[in-house]
Amino acid sequence: MSPAGPLIEARGLRVERGGAVILDVPLLTVEEGEVLSFIGPNGAGKTTLLQTLSYLLRPFEGTLLFRGRKVGSDLPVLAYRRALAMASQEPLLFDTTVFENVSSGLRIRGVPKREMRSAVLDWLALFGVGGLKDRSARSLSGGEAQRVSLARAFAIRPDVMLLDEPFGSLDPRSREPLIEDMQAILKKTRTTTLFVTHDLMESLRLSDRIAVMDRGRICQIGPADKVLNAPVDEFVASFVGTGTILKGRILRENGDTVLVSVSGSGEAIESVGAFPVGETVLLCIRPENVTLSVPSGRAGSEDPLLTSARNLFSGAVTRVSPMGFYQRIDLDCGFPLVSYVTLQSCEALKLTEGRRVTASFKATAVHMIKKTGDPGENP
Amino acid sequence: MELILEGLRKAFWLLVTFDPEVMGITLLSLKVSGIATLVSLVIGISVGAVVALTRFPGRRIAVTLINTGMGLPPVVVGLFVSILLWRNGPLGFLEVLYTPTAMIIAQAVIATPIVMGITVAAMQQLPRKLRQQILALGATRVQLVLIMTREARLPLLAAVMAGFGGVISEVGASIMVGGNIKGYSRVLTTATVMEASRGNFDTAIALGIILLILAYGVNLVLTHIQQRERPR
Amino acid sequence: MLLDPVFPCLLLPAGTFGRIDADASMCRRTGSKERQDGGGRGRGRSDHLPGGGDPAMKPMKPLSIISAALLFLTVLGAGPVAGQQKNLILATTTSTQDSGLLDVLIPLFEKRTGYFVKTIAVGSGQAMVMGEKGEADVLLVHSPEAEVKFVAAGYGINRRLVMHNDFVIVGPAADPAGVSGLKRAAEAFGKIAARQTTFLSRGDNSGTHAEERGLWKAAGVNPEGQKWYQQTGLGMGETLNIASEKRTYTLSDRGTYLALKKRLDLAVLVEGDRQLLNIYHVIEVNPAKWHKVNSAGARAFAAFMLAPETQAVIKTFGVDTFGSPLFFPDAGKEEERLGR
Repeated sequence: MSPAGPLIEARGLRVERGGAVILDVPLLTVEEGEVLSFIGPNGAGKTTLLQTLSYLLRPFEGTLLFRGRKVGSDLPVLAYRRALAMASQEPLLFDTTVFENVSSGLRIRGVPKREMRSAVLDWLALFGVGGLKDRSARSLSGGEAQRVSLARAFAIRPDVMLLDEPFGSLDPRSREPLIEDMQAILKKTRTTTLFVTHDLMESLRLSDRIAVMDRGRICQIGPADKVLNAPVDEFVASFVGTGTILKGRILRENGDTVLVSVSGSGEAIESVGAFPVGETVLLCIRPENVTLSVPSGRAGSEDPLLTSARNLFSGAVTRVSPMGFYQRIDLDCGFPLVSYVTLQSCEALKLTEGRRVTASFKATAVHMIKKTGDPGENP
Repeated sequence: MELILEGLRKAFWLLVTFDPEVMGITLLSLKVSGIATLVSLVIGISVGAVVALTRFPGRRIAVTLINTGMGLPPVVVGLFVSILLWRNGPLGFLEVLYTPTAMIIAQAVIATPIVMGITVAAMQQLPRKLRQQILALGATRVQLVLIMTREARLPLLAAVMAGFGGVISEVGASIMVGGNIKGYSRVLTTATVMEASRGNFDTAIALGIILLILAYGVNLVLTHIQQRERPR
Repeated sequence: MLLDPVFPCLLLPAGTFGRIDADASMCRRTGSKERQDGGGRGRGRSDHLPGGGDPAMKPMKPLSIISAALLFLTVLGAGPVAGQQKNLILATTTSTQDSGLLDVLIPLFEKRTGYFVKTIAVGSGQAMVMGEKGEADVLLVHSPEAEVKFVAAGYGINRRLVMHNDFVIVGPAADPAGVSGLKRAAEAFGKIAARQTTFLSRGDNSGTHAEERGLWKAAGVNPEGQKWYQQTGLGMGETLNIASEKRTYTLSDRGTYLALKKRLDLAVLVEGDRQLLNIYHVIEVNPAKWHKVNSAGARAFAAFMLAPETQAVIKTFGVDTFGSPLFFPDAGKEEERLGR
């Protein structure tokens, strides 16, 4: 692995355009071998960040260190750029054969023909487009073209791979196999990769760390599970698909949990954490953690459930939305609550609009954020 | 109408018998305009590519000048070039007035802005992110220009055709700087004008037809190359 | 799918091809050999040269070859490179060139003397301006009034009579102005003006145009701006064609008219007047005013034009084609004594 020090260290990155600050990242480090994804809404500055990191966007404020050397002074820009490779949403292939395209990065670097040829053929095969090597780039389908574009980038064996929404322009049928292939390749090659996407699922599958960006700033950066389960503020929480975000006030402390009254309803939710009484907080509950149950229908068995879940609420289904492999169930329990259930469960429980259900989730599934937006204390 | 038929007959006759004077004139036309086009390509494409791909102060003015230059009246170019090349003019010491070299110079001046303008337009038409992609692959500036030029090669072929077409058919400047000297600086266009002014319309038409055939032939080859590369 | 033996390139560490330090290992090679090769490839030097090592150099080669080829071609395209002393610029008129006489005489001169003559055929006016500017070495023109002024101002020397032909007034056979057969050209012009019948002028400061202007003056008429007076600015052949198309009167030199006669719908209406004589002189440009003038060549050409052998050629020129000669040699004669 790497010696002391991150592969890339960016300090004080700042880009202003037309008077507005479109990128403001005080510090960003990238470790060798990790896959770091940047997610965020459109205009969050993800692409700008990528362009800045690859020294393609100028001017910008800030310094960039690559393996401890400052780019632009200790390390010439061209040498730095040659350690990178980039692929974008559009394949941007050259008007020539597939082989010529994939070899272009190598040719630019003056790699001798034999080495170049074997590298190109290998990477074409890895991306499953070996048979297309003599085809004209114009004649490829969207999925094939994107594979060639990625092969072109990987063939360089860069120190850092930069991918800007690489699956963005693909239809679902081509996207899935490519993501799988990419997963395998990234795992095998341990290439340091920075990739930008607005699809949370992609980033969860492929990356070690996730950075959530909004309006030019990195709101939160950390391992996937941390970002998902312990979002730092309301924006991140909603962006990572928290589903249920509720405003509440701390009622009382119960040892290692607190009871929080939910604004706008008479209900109270028990959550782990330590906040002073009276504090206003945001409660984040991931839909995967909300379990639903219905009365089994057997007469006489109206016993309350004995469960470790500290939060039990009865409510009614307000909406059922398909989300691919599972269903999203919106509930009204006096406050809005979102749950994900599998298709089978949905059918078994006969979940339809209006159905009365009991929703349960553990106190540990509730993540609290202080309402002013400062990071709450994560357990 | 009859005159045109006469002209056609004469053209056929001149070509079939390889009339030496006409052959000489035709070859000179090709040589002069061909070389002028080549010069204009080298200057036009390289400068045009740089203007299209780089940012520098006054870039917009440069592009405007280029576009204006595309419409430069050839006869005005001829006038200025001949004034420069006059014996007692600033470049008189070169002693190239009334030679094919002077014609090549004048025609190159006419063709270069045309090639440059089309090159700029062709390069700017390339996908905007392509430039970034090429840089991201680690290209130097020179490599960037070369790759983008290669990417734009099809419209650039149109530039070649436009440049050549503009000068093979040019007459005003060619007369002024060439002198239309028999067997030396007389080309198809200048000979046509002379024959017409003498009233020899059949010869003039014949020469005109030969000029058309020449221009058509060259463009046939170039168009074939260009269209062969169209996407399947 | 990802079996290392099949895809050895996966074994390459990241940054192989962009490596800043010199020792890069390469695909499919192992051992110390690669270390040596990797170091010497120029990839490792990429951080010193902004253009990189090899890649930037490659495009330079074809470019320099092309530039060299172009230079070579341009020089080649210059054609026969005659030395400065061997070039002679003769400024003459379009009608002189159009008559075809020079196509016969110039090669004779060139062969005899070795000079390379650049015949620049423009209007008399332009020819004389070229002489004034020293851009021509010798003039062969036919615009007597202007020539006299030219010599008087010191621009030309040795103005000598070479030959003459004549002008004719042509027009539609129907002759609406009724000038046919008149003995005096000025009178014919007067009648044309009085009847306001369309007259086509060349309007290009050529010798013909000067002659025409002289005739208007003699007739006491100023045709400028009048509706029946149209100026083409074109050569004699074209003007004749237009006159034929539009059935107008015009003044033409006999030579051009004869050459085009069969295609024209015009008849000779007035001829023979002394005033219609078109007299050609050869004038050497004054080397005292412009030292770049090839005065030796000019002298040789003038001498040639006046030489008896040349004059004999002039005398018989055109007889085969037109039945009558186009020019009448006059070397050595006095101008006032010319006339039919």
